[in-house]
Amino acid sequence: MPVEPNHEECARHSKCPSPLPVHNGALYKRSFNESFEETPMFVAVLTYMGYGILTLFGYLRDFLRAWKIEKCHNATERGEQKDFVPLYQDFENFYTRNLYMRIRDNWNRPVCSVPGERVDVVERYTEDYNWTFKFTGRVIKGVINMGSYNYLGFAQNQGLCFLIFFVFRFNLLLSVSFRYDTIPVSLFFSSLQSVFLCNLDIHEELESLVARFLGVEAAMTYGMGFATNSMNIPALVGKGCLILSDELNHASLVLGARLSGAPIRIFKHNNMQSLEKLLRDAIVQGQPRTHRPWKKILIVVEGIYSMEGSIVRLPEVIALKKKYKAYLYLDEAHSIGALGPTGRGVVDYFGLDPRDVDIMMGTFTKSFGSAGGYIGGSKVLIDYLRKHSHSTAYATSMSPPVAEQIIASMKCIMGDDGTSLGQDRVQQLAANTRYFRRRLVEMGFIIYGNSDSPVVPLMLYMPGKIGAFGREMLKRNIGVVVVGFPATPIIESRARFCVSAAHTKEMLDLALREISEVGDLLQLKYSRHHFVPLLDRPFDETTYEETDD
Amino acid sequence: MDVKHIKDYLSWLYYQYLLITCSYVLEPWEQSIFNTVLLTAIAMMIYSSYVFIPIHIQLAMDFFSGIVGGQHESTVALMS
Ligand SMILES: Cc1ncc(COP(=O)(O)O)c(C=O)c1O
Repeated sequence: MPVEPNHEECARHSKCPSPLPVHNGALYKRSFNESFEETPMFVAVLTYMGYGILTLFGYLRDFLRAWKIEKCHNATERGEQKDFVPLYQDFENFYTRNLYMRIRDNWNRPVCSVPGERVDVVERYTEDYNWTFKFTGRVIKGVINMGSYNYLGFAQNQGLCFLIFFVFRFNLLLSVSFRYDTIPVSLFFSSLQSVFLCNLDIHEELESLVARFLGVEAAMTYGMGFATNSMNIPALVGKGCLILSDELNHASLVLGARLSGAPIRIFKHNNMQSLEKLLRDAIVQGQPRTHRPWKKILIVVEGIYSMEGSIVRLPEVIALKKKYKAYLYLDEAHSIGALGPTGRGVVDYFGLDPRDVDIMMGTFTKSFGSAGGYIGGSKVLIDYLRKHSHSTAYATSMSPPVAEQIIASMKCIMGDDGTSLGQDRVQQLAANTRYFRRRLVEMGFIIYGNSDSPVVPLMLYMPGKIGAFGREMLKRNIGVVVVGFPATPIIESRARFCVSAAHTKEMLDLALREISEVGDLLQLKYSRHHFVPLLDRPFDETTYEETDD
Repeated sequence: MDVKHIKDYLSWLYYQYLLITCSYVLEPWEQSIFNTVLLTAIAMMIYSSYVFIPIHIQLAMDFFSGIVGGQHESTVALMS
C-alpha cells in the first residue's frame, strides 16, 4: 500500500516554529534509528599515529628491498622495462606491500564446509610473515560464522532447499567453484550460451516467481549479480542522461554508471539534502554547456549498505524522485529477504508500493544462498532490457540447479511450500538482529548503522587492532570479517558481523561473550553514547510535497 | 598473588602499547628497532630534563626575584 506523505502535517510543521526538533517523520511508519557515532578524538589521533609508524617502517623496508639488503617477495618491475611507467609505486601498492601484508592472515582463509551458521576453517601457518602460507593439515571445526551474508540461513546442506537442489539432475555440469561471500553449496555452470537461445522453463518459472515475490509486473534474472548492475545501467542511461549516485554505492553500481558514459554526480551517504540539492541544480542548469534539459535523471541507491549497515531513506528518496520526476534504481542485494515483515526488502520494510521504485535490482547470492541477480519493474522496462541489455545477449543463462535453489528458497519465504518456515526465518532474523545490535551497543562498542539492519559494523579504528581482533576471535572459534582501507576510509577500520536467521540464541550469546572479552582485551569499547540523531533536522530545509503543475 | 597481579597488569599494559603503536604487526627485528628508538628518545628526554630543568628553574627564579623584589637587595649588595 502506498504511503503518501502527510501534506497537512508537513505544511503545519514548516510554518509553525515549533520548539521541538521537527522530523521528516511523517514519511516514516516506524522509527528510523540510524546512528553514526563520532570517532573520539584521541582514537583518531592514535590511529593516525599508528599508520604513521607503519608507513615509516614501510619506507624502511622498501629502502632495504631497493638496495637488495632484503629479499623482495613482491612483484617488481622487470629490468628491461625500467624506463617504462612504474607499476608498483602508487599508494595502493605501497599499502598492500607494507601494511596489508602484515595482517593478511585475516583474509581469504580457506573454508572446507558449507558456510552456514558454523563453518570449518582450514588451519594454516606462515613462516615468512604472511608472504606464503602452508597448511598444517588440521581443520578448525565448528567456527561460529559471523561473516557470511547468509541472512536467512539458506546456505545449508540439509533440509528442503538442499534436497531439491541436489535431486535436480542436469547433464551439463561442468565445474565446481566456490564464491567468496555466501559460498552457495556449489555452483554448477551449465554451458548454455544465451538466454535467447536457451531459456528453459525453469527460468521462466523463476522470473514469474521473482515478479510475484517483489510485487512488480515483470522480472528477469541473470547468472551474476555484479553483471546485473554493471551491464544493465548502461542499457538504461546513456549520453544526455544524468546519474546521481550515493557515495558508498557498491563497485558494481559504480562500474555500471561509468560504463554508461553518462555524467555521474555523487551525493553524501544517505543525505537527502545533498540529493535534493543535486536534483535541483541538475534541473535548473541542465546539461553542461548546451543547457538542454537532461533526458533522464537516474538516482542509484542501495537498500542496505554492506559496509555501514545503514538502510536507505527510501520514503524520502521516493518523495524526491516524484517531486523532481527522476527515476530510481534500487539495489537490494543485501536487503532482499533480510528486511521487512515478509522479507520483501526495503520496500516492504517501509510499507511502500514496489511500483514507486522504477528499477528493483537484487541478487540471489545473499539471502537465498544461491547465485545470480534479478531486475524487476514494469513490463515495458523488462521487455526493453531483454532486447537491449548486454547481460541478456552475451551471458550464459543461469544454471538450472542454481535456479532451482532460488525457487525453493523463495517459495519457502513466500510460504508457498505450505509451511511457515520461511516466515519464521524472516522473523528470527529480525529478532536476532535487534538482540545482537542492542547487546553490542550496551557493551559500549561503537556500532554503525540502522538498528534493524543485519549488517553490524563494529568500529576498530587502529590498524594493529584489525589484525588482533580477527586473530583473537578465531582463537575463540568465531569467524569474523575485518575490513580496512580501501573498503573503508582509512581511519574507520571495522569488523563486520552479519547476523543470520540460522544463529541460535546460544550461539549469539556465546559470540557476544567472546566479543566482549576481546573488546576488553583490545580496549575497543570506545563508545561514549553521544549519538547524533540524523533525523534532527528542521523540516523547512527540505520539503517533500509533490508539486503537480 | 600480588606479584602475579602486577605481572598480569604489566603484560596487559605492554599489549596495549603494542596495539596502539602498531608494533603488534611489526616483525620482531622491527619491533626491537622501534622500541630502541622510542626508549632512547624517552631516555634522552628524561636525561636532558634532569640536567637542564633545575638550571632553568634556578635562572628563572633569579630573574623573577630580580624583577619583583630584588631591587633593594641588589642595591644593598652593591653598596656594601
Ligand atoms: C550492493 C551489491 N550489489 C551487487 C553485488 C554483486 O552481487 P553478486 O555477488 O551476486 O555478483 C553485491 C555483492 O557483492 C552488492 O553488495
